[in-house]
Amino acid sequence: MLGKTAGGLYWMFRFLERAEHTARLVEAGFRIALTRSTDAESEWKSVVTTSGQLNGYLARHGTFNAGDVVDYLLRDTENPSSVLSVTKAARDNARLVRTALTTEVWTAVNESWMTTKALIDRPIRETELPAVLDTIRQQSALVRGALHGTMLRNDIYDFARIGTFIERADSTARIIDVKYYTLLPSTSFVGSRLDNVQWETILRSVSAHRAFRWLDEEEMNAAAIAKFLILDRRLPRSLIFSVGQMTENLNYLAETYGERMICTDLATEMRARLANRDINSIFEEGLHQFISGFLRDNNALGLQIERDYRFVG
Amino acid sequence: MVNFMTDESSHFDEMRLDASAVRDPYKNYHDWFSDQNPTRLRQKHKEAEAFFRRTGITFNVYGQSEAQERLIPFDLVPRIIANREWTKLSRGIEQRVRAINAFLHDIYNGQEILKSGRVPRELIAQNDAFLPQMMGFTPPGGVYTHIVGTDIVRTGEDDFFVLEDNARTPSGVSYMLENRETMLQMFPELFSKIKVQRVNDYPKNLRRSLGEAAPSTCEGKPRVAVLTPGMYNSAYYEHSFLADQMGAELVEGHDLRVIDGHIAMRTTQGYKRIDVLYRRVDDEFLDPLSFNPTSMLGVPGIMDVYRAGNITIANAPGTGVADDKAIYSYMPDIVEFYTGEKAILKNVETFRCSEPDSLSYVLDNLADLVVKEVHGSGGYGMLVGPAASKKELRDFADKLKARPGNYIAQPTLSLSTVPIFVKNGLAPRHVDLRPFVLVSPNEVNIAPGGLTRVALKAGSLVVNSSQGGGTKDTWVLED
Repeated sequence: MLGKTAGGLYWMFRFLERAEHTARLVEAGFRIALTRSTDAESEWKSVVTTSGQLNGYLARHGTFNAGDVVDYLLRDTENPSSVLSVTKAARDNARLVRTALTTEVWTAVNESWMTTKALIDRPIRETELPAVLDTIRQQSALVRGALHGTMLRNDIYDFARIGTFIERADSTARIIDVKYYTLLPSTSFVGSRLDNVQWETILRSVSAHRAFRWLDEEEMNAAAIAKFLILDRRLPRSLIFSVGQMTENLNYLAETYGERMICTDLATEMRARLANRDINSIFEEGLHQFISGFLRDNNALGLQIERDYRFVG
Repeated sequence: MVNFMTDESSHFDEMRLDASAVRDPYKNYHDWFSDQNPTRLRQKHKEAEAFFRRTGITFNVYGQSEAQERLIPFDLVPRIIANREWTKLSRGIEQRVRAINAFLHDIYNGQEILKSGRVPRELIAQNDAFLPQMMGFTPPGGVYTHIVGTDIVRTGEDDFFVLEDNARTPSGVSYMLENRETMLQMFPELFSKIKVQRVNDYPKNLRRSLGEAAPSTCEGKPRVAVLTPGMYNSAYYEHSFLADQMGAELVEGHDLRVIDGHIAMRTTQGYKRIDVLYRRVDDEFLDPLSFNPTSMLGVPGIMDVYRAGNITIANAPGTGVADDKAIYSYMPDIVEFYTGEKAILKNVETFRCSEPDSLSYVLDNLADLVVKEVHGSGGYGMLVGPAASKKELRDFADKLKARPGNYIAQPTLSLSTVPIFVKNGLAPRHVDLRPFVLVSPNEVNIAPGGLTRVALKAGSLVVNSSQGGGTKDTWVLED
């Protein structure tokens, strides 16, 4: 496979994952804003921060209100990470790697772009927002379904999956990073209503507010949620799950190519480090510090993958 | 029952000789069509458009903002060619394509045709498409034009003319294939009623044909790659389509480099050698070391590898000489010179504006002529006299006088028409035809049919997709 093609697949699926993630963040923010009008501004701000677009946002808007934030995160083409921008970027990458995709996957990505574009081409009214966000996530599910249902389990599939999970690990870590203070067990608001709302937002951002309740192992508290997001192997958006998947796909690649690269070792070590941790030791190290370290490692892993598999010349 | 609109003008209509008689090749189709419900057909037509959009069969239009992808309108009425018509056409095309290959080899080697005085030397010497780097070199297998798209127009029952030879990098073959695929999906019953020759083998034949032209040093199964300028190129869809269908890699210049005297592509497992490059990048951009030094689209040093015989470039650099419209005017002589036979296909009468007599004739009769740039393509920079305003004619006359050698002129041909599907039935529109020809060291293979381009506006003669033309499926009947 061409290095460029591997890179195109990796980025296509990073962008698709980002679109979905951004839609979730907006949805979580929207729910909070509906239920709590008083500190809506700071909630919207943290949504923008979590999306990693704070500076870009401040260059365009002065305050954090639902209209501006939704507009910026969903449809502003000046924002390279808006849903519209990343859906287009995903589709551009899909065109680039068209020969590596099945017709079903290509058609799904192309339709996703056409649908999203038509949907958010003009400003979104608040009443439409839930339906719009639903559609964005649905489109993403269609692409994923086509990928799972029609693609060969070969290097093409591996690069697509690796892109997905690098992005997903980054997204979940950012959510924790921005909200880490609400997850500290030492916080004076333990068990307060404020905490409950914050925790619910976090869980909604990873589509796990119901899953957490199903597990029903522990009371909803900071440590349990942090443990869930970082160390629970059953949660498809947890850090350990994402890193585990990457490690698996990188190992498949090493097997297919008959050569083990540095990135495979990096991922394996990252996974082992997570597997050996428990939540208390993470709190002892400092949640914020731990997450910053994870984001750095994840980013370094991404760069190493690019180098090892020659995405660029 | 659907309506057939009558057409007043005198040109040759390929379906009907007049309002009552249907030409033989169209009889079965006409019977079928007469029984169709127009509402259903309109619905089918919409489905086809939606299908094209969903699958991304689009082309980019130059000069419009990035990512402006447009559909080429598709018309659901096929253009039908009888077997005996096709037999004659394909013989004529093969003869012409063989002559062009011989011509290219000659002008880059012995230049016998120039010595004989049949083609003036300055037409070659002053031709930008002529590449001195190709002198004294024979490409692998002796093939210059691996892929040709000969543009043909028809004016009467037995009157076929070659309009352009397109020996450089003809595009459109993906539309030929997708149009057929669409027709098969929309009207499967038609294909069981009417026996149509298959075109679907084209990608397989292309792959084989390119493989046969691989360098003699190539060991094992030749590795083929398609070189594209990138996804913003107007024909990117076609590049990826063909690579996909052939099972070849789709590469850009920055994926390639010269390693150990060979061309290699950067893969996830390091650099891998390739043997045949089907390039959809113009000569000028192919090698910044030999041609345009600012080109980012090509591969530095590829011409050295080429001349060392370690890569096949399809089509060969420098084949554009044969596309020159001034050279075109000598094509009957060229065919005779190399094949010893009279040309089977006619050339359109061509006035070389470089010649003073011709220039004055052209200036006097501008309103009746079509004037083209000798190096132009795609319908850009041309004047269609009968359709031009007084001011356009005046302005063009000035351009002609300033650079006469840059233009040729041809009479306006009364192009044949084929009906298209309109609101209430059928209406005649002018068409041309681009059959696709594959040349390998062993054979010339022509896909039966080709791409029919159709001017969608009533009376219009401009069929180019960049200027509002559409396409049709083209059927060559089994017998």
